[in-house]
Amino acid sequence: MNPEENTPLTDSGEDNTMTRSEFLAATGKSVALIGIGAAGYASWNSLTSRLAKREMTPIKQYPNTTWYSMAIDIQACIGCGKCVEACCAENDVPQDDFRTWIERYRIKKDGTVLIDSPNGGKDGPGPDDVPEDQIEKSFFMPKLCNQCDDSPCTRACPVGATFLTPEGAVIVDYDYCIGCGYCIQACPYGSRFWNAKKQTADKCTLCYHRITKGKLPACVEVCPVKARIFGNLADEKSEISKFCRENAVVTLRPHLKTGAKVMYKGLTKDVV
Amino acid sequence: MNPLLMNPMSLLAQSNLYALPNEQHGITWGILIVLYPYLTGLVAGAFILASLVRVFNTEAVRPVYRLALLTALAFLICAPMPLLCHLGHPERALQIMMTPHTTSAMAIFGFVYAWYLMAVLLLEVYFDFRKDMVLACEKSGPIMRLVYTVLTLGVKDISPKALAFDDKAERFLSVIGIPSAVLLHGYVGFIFGSLAGNPWWSSVLMPVIFLLSAIVSGIAMVFLLHMITSWFKKIPLDMICMNAIGRILMFALIFDLTLETLDIVHRMYEAGEWVDILRLLSSGYLYYTIFGVQLFLGGIVPVITLAVMQAAKMSNVVKIRYYFVMAILVQVGVFAMRWNVVIGGQLSSKSFRGMNHFNLELFGREGFLMFATILSLPFIILFVLTKMLPPWKSGHGPEELPATAA
Repeated sequence: MNPEENTPLTDSGEDNTMTRSEFLAATGKSVALIGIGAAGYASWNSLTSRLAKREMTPIKQYPNTTWYSMAIDIQACIGCGKCVEACCAENDVPQDDFRTWIERYRIKKDGTVLIDSPNGGKDGPGPDDVPEDQIEKSFFMPKLCNQCDDSPCTRACPVGATFLTPEGAVIVDYDYCIGCGYCIQACPYGSRFWNAKKQTADKCTLCYHRITKGKLPACVEVCPVKARIFGNLADEKSEISKFCRENAVVTLRPHLKTGAKVMYKGLTKDVV
Repeated sequence: MNPLLMNPMSLLAQSNLYALPNEQHGITWGILIVLYPYLTGLVAGAFILASLVRVFNTEAVRPVYRLALLTALAFLICAPMPLLCHLGHPERALQIMMTPHTTSAMAIFGFVYAWYLMAVLLLEVYFDFRKDMVLACEKSGPIMRLVYTVLTLGVKDISPKALAFDDKAERFLSVIGIPSAVLLHGYVGFIFGSLAGNPWWSSVLMPVIFLLSAIVSGIAMVFLLHMITSWFKKIPLDMICMNAIGRILMFALIFDLTLETLDIVHRMYEAGEWVDILRLLSSGYLYYTIFGVQLFLGGIVPVITLAVMQAAKMSNVVKIRYYFVMAILVQVGVFAMRWNVVIGGQLSSKSFRGMNHFNLELFGREGFLMFATILSLPFIILFVLTKMLPPWKSGHGPEELPATAA
C-alpha cells in the first residue's frame, strides 16, 4: 500500500481512532468469541475426561465394597411369571406397567424370530400358536433395568432425581422428579416407564428398600428355578461373583458402553 | 409402487413385530413437545432476520426489523409453556434452575432461556422502542402513562445523545444475540441429537438441522405476519423488502433442505443395527409426513417457486400471492419436520423390532385443544405488543439519527 494514502487521515486527527460504536461492536464480538471459546474448551475437557474414564477404568474395579447386581440364567428360566407378579405386588406397580418382564423368543426353522410378552409375562407364556415342528428353538428372556454404572438415564435427568446409589443401584426420587420423561427417552433398553399414578418416571430399583435390609429382591426370592442370581459383585465369594466367574456372561447391547451390570448367561444373537 | 405406501398399517399385522410391554401406553412425548421446538425455532429465526438489519446492514429488510423483534419476543414468552404443561409435576419446574444436574442437556434450558429473554431480547426491544414509549407516554391517558413509564424504566431522555446510545446498545445486543439465538435453538436439537439410545435422533447433524429449519421458519413467519399486518393496516408492501426476504428465504431453504436430505441419506447408507426399523418408519408410518409434507411441500416446492420468481417476470400482486402461499407451505413443512423428529423418533420400539403408537386426544393436558391454545397465545401476545409498541414506523434507525450517531 502506498504510505502516502494514509497520511491525510492521520494528519486530520479524526479518523484514525475507533468510534464508540465501533469499540462496542468490537468488544461485543471479542467477548462472544472468548465466551464461545471458553465454553468449547470446557466441554471438550469434560468430554475427553469422561471418555478417558470410560476406556481406562478396569472392568472389575468397583467404587464401593458393596456393588449389587443381578445375573440371569436364560436357560434356567421357565417363563412362569412369578417374578413379574412378585415385583408388581412388592413395588405397587400400576396395571400394565412393568419393572421387570419376561419375553418369549421362538426362532422358527425359516429364521423368523417371534417375540412376545403378553401382560409382561406375568401370567406365564402366551398361547402355543406355532406348530412345534416349525420351531427350531425357544427360550425365555427375563428383562429389568440394567442398573448401568454410567447410565444414560441418570445423565439425562435435569434435576438429578434419578441417581446411582453407593450400593450400585439406580433409583428414582419420586418426590423430586419433575416428570419430564427425558430419562425414559434416554434409556436404550426401554426399562423405564411413565408411572401415571405418581406422574413421574419409574423403574426397577433392585428392590432397594429390601436389599438395604439384607433381603433379596422380590423377583429373586420367588424364582422357583433360581434363574435370577442377586448379590454383591465386589465380594469375590458371593454367589453372583462365582456365577460370573464360572459362566460366560454378557450384558445387553454392550457396545453402548452404559456399564450395564445385569448379566446374562446364554444370551443369543436373536435377543434385542 | 412401494407396497407399504398402499397400506402402511398392514405392517402391524406382520407376525414378527414386537414392542416392549411398557410401550403399550403409547409414546411419552406428545404434540406439546412437537410445539416446543417449533416455537423456539420461530424465535431464533425471527431474531436472525432482525439481526440482518443491525449486524449485516441488510437495509432492504429494515421494514420488518421491528416486527421481527416483537415476533421473536411474543414467541419466546410462550416457548416454555408446552414444556410446563407437559411436566408430570409442573410445580417442581423451578428445580431445573435451582438444582440443575450438570450432566443433563435439558438442565441448561432454564439458563439458555433466561439469558436469551432477559439479556438479549427484552433489552433489545427496550432500546429499540424506548423513544416510542417516551413519546407515547406524553400522548396517553393516566393508566397507559403509568404502564409506559414503567416500561421505559423511568428513562425519558430522548436527546440525540441518549438515542445514539440506544442505537449503539442495540447494535451490541444484536451482535451477542446471534450466537445466543444459535445457542437457543441448536441446543434444542442437541437435546434430541445427544441421545445415543434412539437411532432416529442420535446424530450430530441434529442441532444444525434444527437451527437451519428454525431460521427458515422464523423468516417465513415474519414474512407472513408482515403481509397480513400490512393488509390490515392498509400499508402498501415494499416490493424491494418483499423480494429481499423471498431471496433470503430461498437461500436458507436450500441449505436446510440439503442438510435434511443428507441426514436421511446418511442414516440409510450407514445402515446400522437399527436400519430395518428406520426403513420401516420412513417408508411406512412417516412416509407422507417426511417425503410428502416436510421435504416436498415444505422444501422442494417453495425452493423451486422462489427460485423461479427470481427470474420470472410477474406482477407484484401475483408475486405477493405466491410469497404468501410459500410462507405458509414453509410453516407446514417445518412443523412436519418437528413432528417427524419428535413423534417419529418415538414410534420405533426400543426393541428395534416393532412399533410404538401415538394417540392424539382432543382434551386433556396434552390434547389437541391445549396445543391449539398454546399455539395461538403468541399471536395474541404479538397483537397486544403491536398495539402498545407499533412496529410500523421504522423507529430511530440510523437513517433518522443525527449525524453524531453515525
